[in-house]
Amino acid sequence: MSAAPAVEVRDLHVTLDRTPILAGIDLTVAVGEWVTVIGPNGAGKSTLLRAVGGLLAAPGAVALFGTPIESLRRRDRARVVATVAQSPVVPPGMSVLDYVLLGRTPYIPSLGRESAADLAAVHEVLARLDLTGFVRRELATLSGGERQRVFLARALAQGATLLLLDEPTSALDIGHQQEVLDLVDQLRRENGLTVVATMHDLSIAGEYADRMVLLAAGRVAAAGTPREVLTERLLAEHYKASVRVIDGDHGPLIVPVRRR
Amino acid sequence: MTRVAPVTPETPPARPAGAATPSRPAGLRPGWLAAGVVAVLVALVAGVSLGPVTIPPGSVAAELLNLLPGVHLDSGLNEREIAIVTELRLPRVVLGLLVGGMLALAGGCYQGVFRNPLADPYLLGVAAGAGLAVTAVIALGGAGTEGALTGLPLTIPLAAFAGSLGAVALTYLLGAAGGRNRSPAMLILAGVAVSAFLSAGQTYLLQRHSDSIQAVYSWLLGRLATAGWHDVLLVLPYAVLTAVVVLLHGRELDVLSVGDDEASSLGLHPQRSRYLLIAAASLGTAAAVSATGLIGFVGIIVPHTVRLLAGSSYRVILPLSLLFGAAFLALTDVAARTVAAPAEIPIGVVTALLGGPFFVLVLRTARQALT
Repeated sequence: MSAAPAVEVRDLHVTLDRTPILAGIDLTVAVGEWVTVIGPNGAGKSTLLRAVGGLLAAPGAVALFGTPIESLRRRDRARVVATVAQSPVVPPGMSVLDYVLLGRTPYIPSLGRESAADLAAVHEVLARLDLTGFVRRELATLSGGERQRVFLARALAQGATLLLLDEPTSALDIGHQQEVLDLVDQLRRENGLTVVATMHDLSIAGEYADRMVLLAAGRVAAAGTPREVLTERLLAEHYKASVRVIDGDHGPLIVPVRRR
Repeated sequence: MTRVAPVTPETPPARPAGAATPSRPAGLRPGWLAAGVVAVLVALVAGVSLGPVTIPPGSVAAELLNLLPGVHLDSGLNEREIAIVTELRLPRVVLGLLVGGMLALAGGCYQGVFRNPLADPYLLGVAAGAGLAVTAVIALGGAGTEGALTGLPLTIPLAAFAGSLGAVALTYLLGAAGGRNRSPAMLILAGVAVSAFLSAGQTYLLQRHSDSIQAVYSWLLGRLATAGWHDVLLVLPYAVLTAVVVLLHGRELDVLSVGDDEASSLGLHPQRSRYLLIAAASLGTAAAVSATGLIGFVGIIVPHTVRLLAGSSYRVILPLSLLFGAAFLALTDVAARTVAAPAEIPIGVVTALLGGPFFVLVLRTARQALT
């Protein structure tokens, strides 16, 4: 792999319906790094992730592994970057196997069908995510935690080395949040994946991220290690939140404190 | 040969011999395909066999096989019966098969393209466009009687075809006027607006030319009665083109079912696929409508029945809708022309009368939910 960063965003501006969403974002993510983007609602986190995933046209602003994203064909882009949306659509009646197999789309010839290698790749991912027992189950019948693992499996089946996770734990209880993030971290270490995630739970976000980026009103308000970004001053200023920050074993722990 | 797998972290070595067979993905099972083919053959033989003069199914089968090059079987039929089989009933049954297959395939395709279980082949204005055009030809053409339908063998289908495609084009233009905001929902709403507008025009024309009402309604309710080989030949090229394009896109429709953003991040061009499929399905529907008028329910009931019984993948729904839609309409036509013989019940009425209760039955007994 070249020395180029996995993600390089330079002066990214996004305007939707004449409303500026992102105004001059710079972001560099090294290969193998986990960067979590935080910020209050409406700060532009999901939009940034969409731009990095190539779902928003932003000519000249985003490069993946040194290649401008607009110069990649869609199929090639899908082999480089995989996205797990905040609430992925669950197609009625679709089995876990068929859903995860969708991840092989960039490798299946247009109008063709999956090869034995595609199926083998899918079964490998299912086994690794402990989903083998679920292959025949309908996706819609799974619990939130199981479903999130299947969404992750679909993204991993893409074979992309850059994983974009938009609020991967928002629908999960605290145990399943940890389970999913531990799994992502393990996959990242074993496979050399690069992870860019958005998250609302700041304590848990800080425990897994190498670096954090705080977005506010479409700009980068702060960036650095979790200890540098998760400070009482920054959170009060940008989230309008009253919190206490406690130094935990793996990062700062954020405790909301009721205002007097 | 197996395609060489791309080198990715997720591509494991080949499965060792003797390993447990992995579960198969959704796909058309041979049993269902065979059932669909058998249904079409049964409909074909029954459709040709039954009528005012009943011809034994064995003789019909022999006579049908005689149409194949190099086959010479003795069907035991006289000249007149052979003419009934090949010139009267066979074109009608084949047209019923083609139109039923087209409507069901287009319905299944639209349901996938719009991710909407209520989508049917007439969603984008095909019915209203054809209705207005045919009404205009009958009312303004000065022929206000049943003769309008039989006396103008080409004008009516051509008007219906042009009206259908014109309406879909108008819907597309209006739906695309949303610019960046255009979405499947925009297109559906544009279809509703165009249908309402054209239907209003049709109602106005009918009101001004009330002597045309019977002829127009006779067409609107759908008719296979005048079918000759020329009708079959009019529909066939479009039906083949539509079937090939739509059937090749079954897997893409499965990918589209996760939404445009996800489909795009998986490497697809959702808009491009959607418009190609809309164009293909609309062409097939327009051809079907131009030959037989407006036959309802097939396009919505058949794909849903297939979905509930055989599976929700479009790789299953599309080919089986084509086969079972064909068989369903051909058998419905048998009922339409035999139940009240010698009178014929409009086929659109029969599809609704038979299809509605059958669909309710399937809905109540099927394992899966539609939601």
